[in-house]
Amino acid sequence: MKGKIAVYLFILCFLSSCFKEYRGRINIDGSSSVYPITEAVAEEFRILNSDIRVTVGVSGTGGGFKKFSRGETDISNASRPIKDSEIEACKANNISFIEIPVAYDGLAVVVSPSNDFVDYLTVEELKKMWEPAAQRTINSWKQIRETFPDVPLRLYGAGTSSGTYDYFTEAIMGKAKSSRGDYTASEDDNVLVQGVSSDKGALGFFGLGYYAENKNKLKLVGIDAGKGIVFPTDSTVRTGFYAPLSRPEFIYVNSKSATNPVVQEFVKFYLENASYLVKEVGYVPLPDEVYLLSYQRFLNNKQGSLFANTSVVGADLVKLMTENQ
Amino acid sequence: MSKSNQRKSRIVDKTFKYIGLAFTVFALLVLAVLITDILIKGLTRINWSFFTNLPSRHAANSGILTALAGMLSLLFFTILIAIPIGILAGVYLQEYGTNNKFAKFIEINIANLAGVPSVIYGILGLTIFVRLFGLGNSLLAGAFTLALLILPIIIVATREAIRAVPGTLREASYGMGATKWQTTRRVVIPSALGGILTGIILSISRAVGETAPLLVIGALVYVPFIPEGPNDQFTTLPIQIFNWVSRPQAAFITNAAAGIIILLLITFILNGIAIYIRSKWYKNIKY
Repeated sequence: MKGKIAVYLFILCFLSSCFKEYRGRINIDGSSSVYPITEAVAEEFRILNSDIRVTVGVSGTGGGFKKFSRGETDISNASRPIKDSEIEACKANNISFIEIPVAYDGLAVVVSPSNDFVDYLTVEELKKMWEPAAQRTINSWKQIRETFPDVPLRLYGAGTSSGTYDYFTEAIMGKAKSSRGDYTASEDDNVLVQGVSSDKGALGFFGLGYYAENKNKLKLVGIDAGKGIVFPTDSTVRTGFYAPLSRPEFIYVNSKSATNPVVQEFVKFYLENASYLVKEVGYVPLPDEVYLLSYQRFLNNKQGSLFANTSVVGADLVKLMTENQ
Repeated sequence: MSKSNQRKSRIVDKTFKYIGLAFTVFALLVLAVLITDILIKGLTRINWSFFTNLPSRHAANSGILTALAGMLSLLFFTILIAIPIGILAGVYLQEYGTNNKFAKFIEINIANLAGVPSVIYGILGLTIFVRLFGLGNSLLAGAFTLALLILPIIIVATREAIRAVPGTLREASYGMGATKWQTTRRVVIPSALGGILTGIILSISRAVGETAPLLVIGALVYVPFIPEGPNDQFTTLPIQIFNWVSRPQAAFITNAAAGIIILLLITFILNGIAIYIRSKWYKNIKY
């Protein structure tokens, strides 16, 4: 009998502990590319506010928006702007949001170090490699440019459910989600690094951070979009000169959560510290002006996406945001 | 003629033995290479702060405290849910329902369930426990999902253990005037307990390594607190490792290797306990 009472007491204590008081909780989920930034911010935020519970998940941009549109999360990480269908889903559940760009990421196009014939590629040539019509017909580097040798071409890229894939296809093909299907796809960029580095005929794309950590295993390819050959560096990505493959990363804040002082504090902290934290985790910070404009928009409770009618590729954030205060 | 035939058979016999040996050695070699590789990469990373630190963007300061705590609490609830259901179902199928069609139907389904990929359990858990029951991405939702995953293993182990109990024991019990319930409770289950426990521990060591179903139900990655109750959000060690492996910085790969060593250690210990219980139990019982 005594044992039974002890067990009940134990369970009671255990259950009651979940009513422990916290000043607030913030649920974040979404893109794995934005994850390192939000994790860094949450880590620093916790040092000052240990009584606010911030959790971050990694469901991918699309998966994150699914939860966001059900009202399950306060903030969604995204490596591309929200899509029309996702906006519809939010509307259906009476959820509105504030869009905040937090960083730039350059998509690096890379080949193996043993590839000695490629220095740069034009956007046209990239399109020729990746477009849906290339499936099973474009198999050799010689088909891309006459001066290239007849080396088999093997492509590596992000999986079709990632925001990175969406952005790359939109920037190169002009239409999101349109590409050939016969390439090696992986959600894990380290797998792509391994694949490209060991294969002379390989070409791949992924976030600049992965190139920066594997410089000795990869060769960076310059991109010519009609204004000369540009390599992705902090300054070319930040100024948008590395077109069309520099993309902004976002967080989306549920506007109902945005009335919660805890979330307000977090977003303020995020935008104040993004500049150096973004750099620390291997991304390119936005111009300081954009962080200021974003915070203004957040305070003004400016809802909706800036990219509902304009393409995110080559967008001038400062101009867009000044016009939409 | 017969002599040469004999020689031939002997050669075949020997060859088979060596082929078998070669394959065994090959399998062990692969395992040895994997383990050495992990040990070389990760062993130096393991220190006390690795166990006590929270997740961090700095690989060197990042630790597994919350992942380990999350995993242990998850296992605690999983066991709490799976054991009663698993044992009772096993007892029913073996002791009561041997001859009816319903039990046969269940039996086939359990065998099928044991072969279902774990992601599918994740999707089931997402729909039923997370959304329908409204548990959210809590420990409880994860525990229910993992409990479903290991139930077939526990049921099958329970049945095997009960089957091994000699019929004479049951008959002796009936002969003393005991009812079926009394016989099951006082004779059959105690004699089968060794086998049942072994099955339970093996099923736990399977649950330890599961990542996919937990990711599907929405287990998180960055959780800077130890879960304090069944409704809390959680992360587990395999998810932490999964996240570290996908990071660009090489230092995180070292962290992942260190995490894998801990995970392997836990599995080895669990399996060791299972083997110990099995050998001890069978030594003590003499029919």
